[in-house]
Amino acid sequence: MTTLPIETDEHHSDHHHDEEHPDHRLFGLATFLVADGMTFAGFFAAYLTFKAVNPLPTGAVYELELPLPILNTVLLLVSSATFHQAGKALHQNATNRCRNWLLITAALGLAFLVSQMVEYFTLPFGLTDNLFASTFYAATGFHGLHVTLGALMILIVWWQTRPQSGRVTHNNPFPLEAAELYWHFVDGIWVILFVILYLI
Amino acid sequence: MTVATSPQVVAPKPRLQPTGWLRYFSFSVDHKVIGLQYLVCGFIFYLIGGLLAGAIRTELVSPMSDFMARDVYNQVLTMHGTIMIFLWIVPVVNGAFGNYLIPFYVGARDMAFPRLNAVAFWLIPPAGLLLITSYFLTGAAQSGWTAYPPLSITTPAAGQIVWILSVLLLGGSSIFGGINFIATILKLRRPGLKLMQLPMYCWAMLGTSLLVVLSTPVLAGTLVLLSFDIIAHTGFFNPTLGGNVVVYQHLFWFYSHPAVYIMVLPAFGLVSEILPVHARKPLFGYTTMVYSIMAIVFLGLIVWAHHMFTSGTPPWMRLFFTIATAFIAVPTGIKFFNWLATLWGGRISLNSALLFSCGFIVNFVLGGITGVALAQVPFDIHVHDTYFVVAHFHYIVFGGSVFVIFASVYHWYPKFTGRMLNENLGRLHFALTFIGFNLCFGPQHWLGLNGMPRRVAEYDPQFTLINQISSAGALLMAISTLPFLWNVIQSAIAGPPAGDNPWNALTPEWLTSSPPPVENWTGEAPLVEEPYGYGVPVEDFDLTAISGRDLWSSGK
Amino acid sequence: MQIPSTIITLVIGMVLVLGGMWVGQNINLLPIDASVNAPIYDELFQVLFTIGTILFVGILGLLVFSLIRFRRRADQIGDGVAIEGNLPLEIFWTAVPAVVVLFVGLYSYDIYDRMGGMVPLAHDHMAGASEERVWGGISSGSIANEAAANTLPIDVTAMQFAFLFHYPQGEILSGELHVPAGRPVTLHMEAKDVIHAFWVPEFRLKQDVIPGQPTQLSFTPTRPGRYPIVCAELCGPYHGGMRSTVVVEEPEAWDEWFNNNSTIDVSTT
Ligand code: HEA
Ligand code: HEA
Ligand code: CUA
Ligand SMILES: [Cu+2]
Repeated sequence: MTTLPIETDEHHSDHHHDEEHPDHRLFGLATFLVADGMTFAGFFAAYLTFKAVNPLPTGAVYELELPLPILNTVLLLVSSATFHQAGKALHQNATNRCRNWLLITAALGLAFLVSQMVEYFTLPFGLTDNLFASTFYAATGFHGLHVTLGALMILIVWWQTRPQSGRVTHNNPFPLEAAELYWHFVDGIWVILFVILYLI
Repeated sequence: MTVATSPQVVAPKPRLQPTGWLRYFSFSVDHKVIGLQYLVCGFIFYLIGGLLAGAIRTELVSPMSDFMARDVYNQVLTMHGTIMIFLWIVPVVNGAFGNYLIPFYVGARDMAFPRLNAVAFWLIPPAGLLLITSYFLTGAAQSGWTAYPPLSITTPAAGQIVWILSVLLLGGSSIFGGINFIATILKLRRPGLKLMQLPMYCWAMLGTSLLVVLSTPVLAGTLVLLSFDIIAHTGFFNPTLGGNVVVYQHLFWFYSHPAVYIMVLPAFGLVSEILPVHARKPLFGYTTMVYSIMAIVFLGLIVWAHHMFTSGTPPWMRLFFTIATAFIAVPTGIKFFNWLATLWGGRISLNSALLFSCGFIVNFVLGGITGVALAQVPFDIHVHDTYFVVAHFHYIVFGGSVFVIFASVYHWYPKFTGRMLNENLGRLHFALTFIGFNLCFGPQHWLGLNGMPRRVAEYDPQFTLINQISSAGALLMAISTLPFLWNVIQSAIAGPPAGDNPWNALTPEWLTSSPPPVENWTGEAPLVEEPYGYGVPVEDFDLTAISGRDLWSSGK
Repeated sequence: MQIPSTIITLVIGMVLVLGGMWVGQNINLLPIDASVNAPIYDELFQVLFTIGTILFVGILGLLVFSLIRFRRRADQIGDGVAIEGNLPLEIFWTAVPAVVVLFVGLYSYDIYDRMGGMVPLAHDHMAGASEERVWGGISSGSIANEAAANTLPIDVTAMQFAFLFHYPQGEILSGELHVPAGRPVTLHMEAKDVIHAFWVPEFRLKQDVIPGQPTQLSFTPTRPGRYPIVCAELCGPYHGGMRSTVVVEEPEAWDEWFNNNSTIDVSTT
């Protein structure tokens, strides 16, 4: 076997890659989000098919109110804008402004989750009541999981942008950009979900 | 299974990884190590899956259910299908060869995301162990690899849940791998290397990875819903709770039809690498090959319901899926005719790699033709869920993908190890496999046409003789593994040294030492603009000419 | 004298086509036919078998010929000819399969139509008001059609691990399916537990029997005899044992069977 005096790990660390190649992690994340989006597409397709061919059994309740979901939509849309502001601030090297926007975004995300919980507890049907109820909970629940994860990511990025730690900075914006891309994605999915589950 | 149980070796210095053979048991991030990890791990699962196939064929020697209990038979066939697809073909044609070759082909020193790559591999052994141990602990899943509800909801829950978990892990591994391949091929190309100069395997892997990324998540979502039905008693697919069982089939096949191309497109790519080298001719019709791969990817996504012609689908749907499915024969046909044209007029070395590739062509064309027949609704209505279908897909997955895996091992073994395999043993392996395979699966066409359904442990006694012939073929296939195993192990220790480029090949992986150094090339990566630049120009060609274009040695 | 290669190609092509047609006509891989649509199916099979044989043997021949003719001989160390492509040739072998596939598709559509596959399903098949939806299968159409054709309706219930046949006209419950030769039969099928499939190889017909989604299957038996009914969808441990028999009888014999078993006095026939 040919052995070269090269140590494997050293040449494969992130460090090395950051220096020699352009960073492809955002591209990778975008590809992953396409995959993630297909999972939702599967849920939506199932829901629409159920709706088209399986009539609601007699006596089953499946009623959705609009006010809370509309509030939720607004919350998420605004949070996308605030996240964008955070990203802009980081680019301008205004770390403090960036951190404030991040906190606002996280707060909006958490508000979404709370409002979603309120909706869950006030709905007239439960998870196993009927087909639509189950699919409704599966789709919104899976989305809620994404929001939870996103909110956590925002808080972590917020933590990492504090001036003295300096892991996420003007020069290394990747974690923030990744979280932002992810957040916009989660937002976009919600809009589709809102249209399909609540409006159609 | 050794690969999985060995603990990760703790190195003295935190950044140091083990070297020598130990690195194959480590969380290595070297794409070549990961590739071989995939290959060996996959092969071990192949032996297990083959052992299960042996059990199936033993049971079917007699028309009674006498070798094992009926529910055990269902567990065995479920595990056989799942292991062969998710732990052998998919990880090996994608993970093993993809990881080993793609970075070379794009002129990179590693994959785009080496850590993710290692994670993707290390999801596989635990998933496989989970699946196999479930047989001993709780009883394995017994609803077939398709896990159709309501059967999968009513069979013992523990085994089915473990099955779902295991497939989810393997799907995750597959998605991570797919993302990595897409990023590597599109983003990591060496400066100066154009897309249309890439070796064909890159295109095949790009197409495959697109399918993986677009379809695997749908399977994941579906299996999550199925597990809710089992655990939380929701009613997605449970008719007694108002659910719709056919929706599961649509979602399942939306993944699992593309999955068959995930199993075969990389094999197409590998054959496209092997044939030109051993026929000493350029790959015929490079551009049309690229387009036909993309056409297969596109068509592959819109034909899934041909598995559901008897599931109560409406007539227009059957018609659409018949036409779409049959049209896949066109781009696929282009590839086969191009391969034949590649061989035509070549200087063909009839070595094991080439023989297995040609075996692949023969078997796949037969399997493809029966596939096109199956795509015709009226034909399929008679033979759906019979041994005709079993014969169709074994002609493709075994006669196609597995033959290509063997061809690839013969072709790249010198690269992996720096040693040659024994040719005579290789040809013996080919002959036994080819005969055994056809003996085993050829007669199954007749069985299906004449009334033997699949997934049965007991059958009409009139089919006994043909089943015994089929079982004899399976035995021959099992025996054929022995010369291969002996060859691979013995040659690793004492095979004749191969030199860096025993085949005088032009693709980049051969333009470095064998086995290659850790970062693939000691100096700059070579720029290979003509990966298939073999052959003498037509005007200079003379049958007695004894000159070749040994481009590789002039350092191009 | 050298025979021009075009002529050789032509001759080989003709031999191939004729050989394929001979194979399609003369090699019978199917069981005996016992329903009206079985011979139609066999026509399709012949066509597919012919095309398949021609393609397979042709490609196999080309491959084996190349391997022998162009094999590397001991004294040769050079390369082959550097041909990278040939556009007309590639157009040719794109067009031929496309035409073949299109032809096969249209032909099988025609066959399917003749088998009754394209007939819209009866949405009101359960004599009267029931609005139950029927999901698919090969059918003879609406109830009016059925009556006009003097169709024999039978309800099929599949369960782990047996088929149950119910004749609404005579209130007969049977484990074996008895049908008269020459009279159209429509099966209304529904499963109790998991998915099963009703298959009679000699009729060349199969339809999944699905819980919660009734399906329908129409056919006209022709040849008296006893044929197996096979469950073709994995439905549990005893799936392999889930078999029954369809008895096709001469009309008179069937009438007798029907009257002997009918629990209603007024015979409908
Ligand atoms: C690697 C795996 C693989 C591949 C590549 C294919 C390829 C094809 N398959 Fe197959 N198939 C399976 C694996 C695969 N299949 C499996 C596992 C199942 C069973 C699943 C289960 O139920 O468990 C299955 C089942 C299956 C069915 C469902 C049968 C049933 O359950 O009733 C159908 C029906 O249409 C089908 C069709 C096809 C077609 C048309 C192709 C085409 O892509 C083939 C195209 C290739 C050619 C046609 C040959 C080359 C072309 C030429 C030489 C040109 C000239 C040819 C003509 C003009 C015809 N397959
Ligand atoms: C994807 C790849 C793949 C491969 C490679 C194979 C390979 C084989 N398959 Fe498989 N098969 C499937 C995929 C595959 N199969 C699928 C998806 C199903 C459907 C499952 C379902 O219905 O859900 C199926 C179903 C299936 C059936 C139908 C079962 C039924 O419906 O009742 C049969 C029956 O003959 C069969 C046989 C075989 C045989 C004989 C081989 C042989 O080619 C195997 C040859 C290999 C060996 C024989 C191994 C040799 C080694 C040893 C024996 C030594 C072992 C030693 C140690 C472990 C130390 N298979
Ligand atoms: Cu009923 Cu199989
Ligand atoms: Cu398919």
